[in-house]
Amino acid sequence: MSFPILTCIVFAPLAGSMLILFTPKKNVNLIKVIATLATAAALCLSVLLLIKFNYSSPAMQFEEKAAWIPSINAWYHLGADGISVGLIFLTTLLSFLACIGSSGIKIRQKEYFFLYLLLSTGMLGTFTGLDMVLFYMFWEIVLVPMYFLIGIWGGQRKEYAAIKFFIYTLAGSVFMLLGILALYFTSTPHTFDILELTKTGGALTLSVQILIFIAFYLGFAVKVPVFPFHTWLPDAHVEAPTPISVLLAGVLLKMGGYGFFRISFPILKDAAHYFILPFAILGMINIIYGALVAMAQTDFKKMVAYSSVSHMGFVMLGLASMTATGFNGALLEMFNHGIITAGMFFLVGVLYDRAHTRELDKFGGLGVKMPVYAGMLSVFALASLGLPGLSGFISEFMSLLGTYPTFKLITIISSLGLIITAGYFLYMLQRILLGPVNEKWSAISDINKRELLTLIPLLIIVVIIGIYPLSALKYQIAAISALVQNLGGIAF
Amino acid sequence: MSFIETFQFILPEVILLVFALAILVCSLLMRSKGLLGALALTAVVLASLFLPRVNTTHASLFFNMLTDDAFSTFFKVICLFITGVIILISMGYKTLQSGHIGEYYFLLLSATIAMLLAVSSNNLIMIYISLEMLSLASYILVGFFKHDDLSSEGALKYFIFGALSTGIMLYGISLIYGVFGTMDLSAIANTLKTAPTNALISSVLLLFILAGLSFKCALVPFHMWAPDAYQGAPTSISAFISVGPKAVGFAVLLRIFTRNFLPLYADCVTIIMLVSVFTMTIGNIIAISQTNIKRMLAYSSIAQAGYILIGFVVGTASGTEGALYYIFAYTLMNLGAFGCIVLISNSIRSDNIEDYAGLSKKDPVSAFMLAVFLLSLAGIPPLAGFFGKFMVFAAAIGSKFIFLAVAGALNSVIAVYYYVKVIKYMYLDEPKATEMKKNPAPLQIALIIIMIGVLIAGIYPSPFLNWIRLSQVFFLQ
Repeated sequence: MSFPILTCIVFAPLAGSMLILFTPKKNVNLIKVIATLATAAALCLSVLLLIKFNYSSPAMQFEEKAAWIPSINAWYHLGADGISVGLIFLTTLLSFLACIGSSGIKIRQKEYFFLYLLLSTGMLGTFTGLDMVLFYMFWEIVLVPMYFLIGIWGGQRKEYAAIKFFIYTLAGSVFMLLGILALYFTSTPHTFDILELTKTGGALTLSVQILIFIAFYLGFAVKVPVFPFHTWLPDAHVEAPTPISVLLAGVLLKMGGYGFFRISFPILKDAAHYFILPFAILGMINIIYGALVAMAQTDFKKMVAYSSVSHMGFVMLGLASMTATGFNGALLEMFNHGIITAGMFFLVGVLYDRAHTRELDKFGGLGVKMPVYAGMLSVFALASLGLPGLSGFISEFMSLLGTYPTFKLITIISSLGLIITAGYFLYMLQRILLGPVNEKWSAISDINKRELLTLIPLLIIVVIIGIYPLSALKYQIAAISALVQNLGGIAF
Repeated sequence: MSFIETFQFILPEVILLVFALAILVCSLLMRSKGLLGALALTAVVLASLFLPRVNTTHASLFFNMLTDDAFSTFFKVICLFITGVIILISMGYKTLQSGHIGEYYFLLLSATIAMLLAVSSNNLIMIYISLEMLSLASYILVGFFKHDDLSSEGALKYFIFGALSTGIMLYGISLIYGVFGTMDLSAIANTLKTAPTNALISSVLLLFILAGLSFKCALVPFHMWAPDAYQGAPTSISAFISVGPKAVGFAVLLRIFTRNFLPLYADCVTIIMLVSVFTMTIGNIIAISQTNIKRMLAYSSIAQAGYILIGFVVGTASGTEGALYYIFAYTLMNLGAFGCIVLISNSIRSDNIEDYAGLSKKDPVSAFMLAVFLLSLAGIPPLAGFFGKFMVFAAAIGSKFIFLAVAGALNSVIAVYYYVKVIKYMYLDEPKATEMKKNPAPLQIALIIIMIGVLIAGIYPSPFLNWIRLSQVFFLQ
């Protein structure tokens, strides 16, 4: 039997959290070391995964399968393909960086890192689980630590934000559970295996597919989040502590999009075709509405939170295209948005740690006081608004390009979102970095080395993908073309 | 099989009876709560050693009054487990003083004997008698704090509702006797196989029986006693009546309806389905506004019974399996939750949820365990409660009870709010200054074991599922 690399990736953080459970509360340094090592181990393994990954094959790789609950035919089944491998890497990378970035947590560190690692395992399991029951378990495991991480270490309205996040997501996912059960009972022989269902799901009648599709949609759309299920997002993102905002925006939102790629589209093909117009329209609403609301914000973090709503619209739009280009764009957009927004949230945190306010209007002229910070913020803001040469541009452009042949008007309107996005990001840069120096911040210090350390890996990825997109696209092209072929979409 | 030989099947009951009487005598000589508790615990352990093996044959005992099959063994294990944990909880419960403690354990063991008899009864009159015996012991136990108004009020309400519903049930039994001329369940089942019965008559018959058992399981609209009884009773007894009589009620429901009256059962499926939906919804919605944790858990356990009922309504093999698994999981997590409440109330002397503020700092172990049990009740994976819900929802969807599955799913979202509210107080809020007392070690260890059980039953449910499948495979023949 070969080395179970995926199991190790998924459970490395859990092993760390168990160690932390038995570490004395007072020994904060040891706890931090354990947490960092556990996330670093997962990161190293996922890099190994990228190296060993055969990207010319659309098939599932590194599969592990073991009997789990034989009486209901549920298996412990893990695997990675072009769709998930990037997201696995993204999760381990952000888990590691946000773990380093967690030094701002000054209270109850033991509980924090315990929950943090548990969260990490939940996210990784979601992206690797190939059995519906396993997938659902990991999906739900994410909720509980996230509730505590927002609720204990969050901002002023933390309790409200935490319970709102919990109930919204749970409400979506219980319907997903019903969808899972419906798929199980409509398949012969009854199975929870996603790969098996991908082969047989197309045989269902359209009306059954539509019902199940809607059940899954409710689960995924809350996570993405798709308008009008997005209202938990600004609360949760704003109230969460910086490292948790990074994971929320960087990884959790991708779980929804991943669900569409892994379950809704490949298994329920006819329903997916049936729903592409609503997908395109909802994507357009997300892009435009998210961008407009972001523009109106005076709170830096809230602005970044709404920019996520806007960016996730491109994922929906790309999915609606049913073309290889659109799908590639959507999948890459998930990865890119994860990297860029993580950077943005780190940068918000840097400023907040020093100024203890996020009101954009209270800043001004910081470009002089914090030159390195200003440089970083500018690059990430430009990447986020889709400047060619940086990674955000590639994926958004591909989404729009792929969707244009099918939905011309919607694509045109959506591309206006790019202008609004440019508008609010530049306006933000102007209010923070430019203008006369606000005397209040005359003593503010520039970004420190540890903070730079968390940002530089992200920056490198943003630039590399921006200049040479194939470096990221090569992992997903084969899997996406297989998916498009399976869906009967356009291979362009 | 000779009459004497049949006694080997009721050895557990005999052991319990002997020990119960011994406790009564001993309590005249000594007043030590610990020793009497230990004696009661010994009785339960001995009784469980003499449980009949799980087998695929079934024996009819005492002129078919009792039966011994895998199904009854399953419930006997659960009942003895419940009593064992309740004795540990009682020993660690500081409010329960030594006065009359002999009677307390005597009544508890009597109730256990009644439970063991009820789950193996194969005759309506035997079912009635054992349920009455269980009820009478429970009434007194609920009112055990006789100087406490709430306790007496709870007991009185419990008694009045109980008297009314058993009256209705007895009437139903008399009607059944009128129609079939026998009270033997197997004989009735045989008659039903050959001669069809008038649908109206059969619905009426079964609804009378259902009314009586709804009281035991605290199903809407026979749930009104539960909150007062739970709140007023000693917490150890709240724990007992939240799981013991409930498990027995469901055992009898399943035995009468699913096993023997299956042809009649189809006529009242819609009504039972509505009972299930109302039980879940009313329990969950009222639980949201509760400030006393025992009262909140009372409404929560009403709602939980609604989920179990889903499996019962479906009525197929997988439905029964789901219901049985849910009962098993519910027993673990509800006992665990009440055990934690006892630990906590020993120190903070209060059952108000607000007084749980900051408990995670003062008593991290109890807070953590209570959080796990509550999350399991809420149905969050990977805990036992999740898998219970999974099984009953699966059964519902598999048999096309989509409405029921959707109602159950929505309800589990509502429920999260009040379960998480307790966790919020424990973990998110700052503690008030209270001196924490040292927790009694036996109870704490027992709770830790239950918590690990809840985790294992959620992550790797296969062994439990196999056990349950074995318990009902015969049952559905």
